[in-house]
Amino acid sequence: MGREQQQVSYTVEQLVSVNPYNPDILTDLENYVNEQFEPGRMSIPIVVQILIKALMAMPASDFSLCLFLIPEQVQMEEQFKTLIVLSHYLETARFGQFWDEAAKSRSILEVVPGFEQAIQAYAIHVLSLTYQKVPRPVLAEAINIEGLSLDKFMEHHVANSGWILEKSHGRSQLIVLPRNEFNHPELKKHTAEGVPFEHKK
Amino acid sequence: MANSYDYDDASLDSRYPRPPSAGQGSTGTDQGYDPNFVPDSVKTFVVHLYRHIREKNVYEIHQMYDGSFQRLSDRMFRESPWPSVEAIAPYVDNDHVFCLLYREMWFRHLYARLSPTGRQRVESWDNYCSLFSVVLHGVVNMQLPNQWLWDMVDEFVYQFQSYCQYRAKLKNKAEEELQLLRQYDQAWNVYGVLNYLQALVEKSAITDVLEREKEGLEQFAATDGYDYEGGTSNVLKMYVEAIREFNKILLYILKYKQYHQKSPQYDQILKKNEQMYALLAICLSLCPQNNLVEENVNSQLRDKYNEKMTKMLRYDDEAYAVYDELFTYACPKFITPSAPVLEEPLTNYNQDAYRLQLKLFLYEVKQQQLLSGVRSFLKLYSTISIGKLAAYMEVDEPTLRTILMTYKHKMHAVDGDGKIIPNADVDFYISEDIVHVVESKPTKRYGDYFLRQILKFEEMIGELDRIKLD
Repeated sequence: MGREQQQVSYTVEQLVSVNPYNPDILTDLENYVNEQFEPGRMSIPIVVQILIKALMAMPASDFSLCLFLIPEQVQMEEQFKTLIVLSHYLETARFGQFWDEAAKSRSILEVVPGFEQAIQAYAIHVLSLTYQKVPRPVLAEAINIEGLSLDKFMEHHVANSGWILEKSHGRSQLIVLPRNEFNHPELKKHTAEGVPFEHKK
Repeated sequence: MANSYDYDDASLDSRYPRPPSAGQGSTGTDQGYDPNFVPDSVKTFVVHLYRHIREKNVYEIHQMYDGSFQRLSDRMFRESPWPSVEAIAPYVDNDHVFCLLYREMWFRHLYARLSPTGRQRVESWDNYCSLFSVVLHGVVNMQLPNQWLWDMVDEFVYQFQSYCQYRAKLKNKAEEELQLLRQYDQAWNVYGVLNYLQALVEKSAITDVLEREKEGLEQFAATDGYDYEGGTSNVLKMYVEAIREFNKILLYILKYKQYHQKSPQYDQILKKNEQMYALLAICLSLCPQNNLVEENVNSQLRDKYNEKMTKMLRYDDEAYAVYDELFTYACPKFITPSAPVLEEPLTNYNQDAYRLQLKLFLYEVKQQQLLSGVRSFLKLYSTISIGKLAAYMEVDEPTLRTILMTYKHKMHAVDGDGKIIPNADVDFYISEDIVHVVESKPTKRYGDYFLRQILKFEEMIGELDRIKLD
C-alpha cells in the first residue's frame, strides 16, 4: 500500500472517542469507513476491500449502504462495476452466474480472506429460508461445490448443523435442512393482539 | 422535478411563509437598508429580551422570541435584515453571549426572508462555532426556552444542508465566490458539523427529554428524526419497521394536531405528515402488509394515495413514474457532504446525491417487480409443483427457483443483531419440488373494535348524564 506503519501512541478506540471526526487521524482510521467524506483522499483499493467485506456481510444490506455513499462517477470504475454485478447476482439468488463471474474476477476478490466461505454461508441462509428439502444439484450450484468435496461438506453439516441426507426415489439426493419458522410455518409464533392500557389520571 | 428539489432557493423554503413580493438574491444592501439604524421598537425589544435572559424569565423569553420577534420581522423587516449586532450592542452592555444569540436570530431571519451570500454563510458558521463553544464549554448562566434551542439546532442543520447545495453549484459562481470557498474551506465542514451535533446531543440529552415531555414538543421534535429514520429504513429494506414507525407517528399527529395549530412548526409538521403518507404508500406498495396500519391512518392513506398505490402495484412504466414522483417528494434531503473540487471544468453536482439515491431506489423497485408476479400466482394455490408454476410464469425451472429464493431473501430483512424479520403477507416453503403456500390471514381486530365501542358508549353516557330532566 505504500504507507508506513506509524507509531500510534493511543489506541484507535481512544482516538475515536476523543475526536471521531478529525481528518488528521485518517491514517490511523484507515480500516474504518471514513473515506466517503473525502473523495480526494479516497483510496480505491481500500474502498474495494470495504465493498468486498460488505458483500460478505450478506444478507445484511451493507453493500447497498456503501453504494449510497460512493459518488456515481466513482462507481464507474471497472472494479466497482464488477462488484456491483456480483452484488446483483447475490441479491437475485443467481448463484450459478455469481460463481462464474467471481471466478473471472479472482484477482480482485482474493484480497479478502474468507470470501468464498462467507458467500457460501449466505447461500445456505437463503436456502434455509426457502427449502425444507433441497435437491443436491440446487445446493451444489448455490455453494459452488461438487463431487467428493460436496459429500465432505455435507457430512460436516450433518454432524454440526443438523442436516439430514435423504435418498429421493430414484432421483438426486435430498438434503433436509434444519427446521425454522421460515421453512416450517407451523413454528411461527403468533403474536397475540395486544391492547395497551393507559392509566387514567 | 429538478427545480422543485433545489431548496437553496429561499422562495421554496417551506418552513417559513414567504411574502410574494420579496426579491431574490437581495441582501438588503439596496432599498436604503442602514445596518446601523435601530428603530425604537428594536431598542425596546433587545433591552427587554436581555433583561429577561439575565433574570431567567423563561416564559417571557419565550413570548418575546416566539411572538415579538416574528411580529417585528413581519412589520419592519419583511425585505431587509434586522439592524446589525454592532448597532444594538450598546443597549445590552455589549454582552458577548447576547450578541451571539442576536446574531443567530439575525442570520436565521436572513435565510428565511432573503438570500444569504457566500460570505454571510461563512459568517453564520463562525457565529455558530462561537455560540456552541459557549454553550458546550462555558459556564452559561442562563436558561433558554427549549423551543429556541431546538430551533437553533434545526437551523444549524438546515444551513449546513443549504451550504452543501450552495457549494456544489459551481458553474455560475463569480471568481470572488470561488475564492471565498477556497479561503474558508473549513466552513461548514462535515466533521465540524457532526462534532457539534454530537456534543450538543450529549450535553442536552437527559434534561431536554424531561423538559420536552412536559411541553409535548418532544414528540414533534421526534417526528423529524423519525422521518429520516423512516426514510433510511426504507433504504435498508426493513419495510415493516418503516411502516410501523410511520403508523405510530401519523396516528399521533392525527390525534393531537388540533392542539398545536398555533405552533410555528405547525406548517412544517403538516408537510412532514404528507411526506410520511407518501413514504408509507411506497412501503406498502413494495411490501404489502395486512395488520400494521391503524384504521384511521389507513383511511387517510387511501384518501390521499389510493390511485397512486394501485398504479405502483402494476409495476409498469407508469408505476415507475409514480415511485419516482413520490420518492422525490418525500425523501429526506440528500446531500453530498464532500468538499468541491475547485478546478476546471466546474459542474453542478448538488443534485448528485439525490439522483444516486433515486437510481438505487428505483433499482430496488425493479427487483420487487419480479416478485409481485410471484405473489399473485402464489395467492391462487395452496400447493403447486415447480414445473407447473414455471410453466404458468413462462420461465424455466432453474429460473423459477432463483425467483423464489429472491422472494424469500427480499421478504426477510436481517437487522443489526442478525435477527431475521419476515415481512411477507404471502409466504411459502419448498419441499423437493413442491411449493407449499402459506398465507397469513388478516386477523380480525376485536380489541380495536371493542375499544371503539366502549369509548362511544362512555361518550353517550356522559351526554345522558348532562341532560337535566325537568
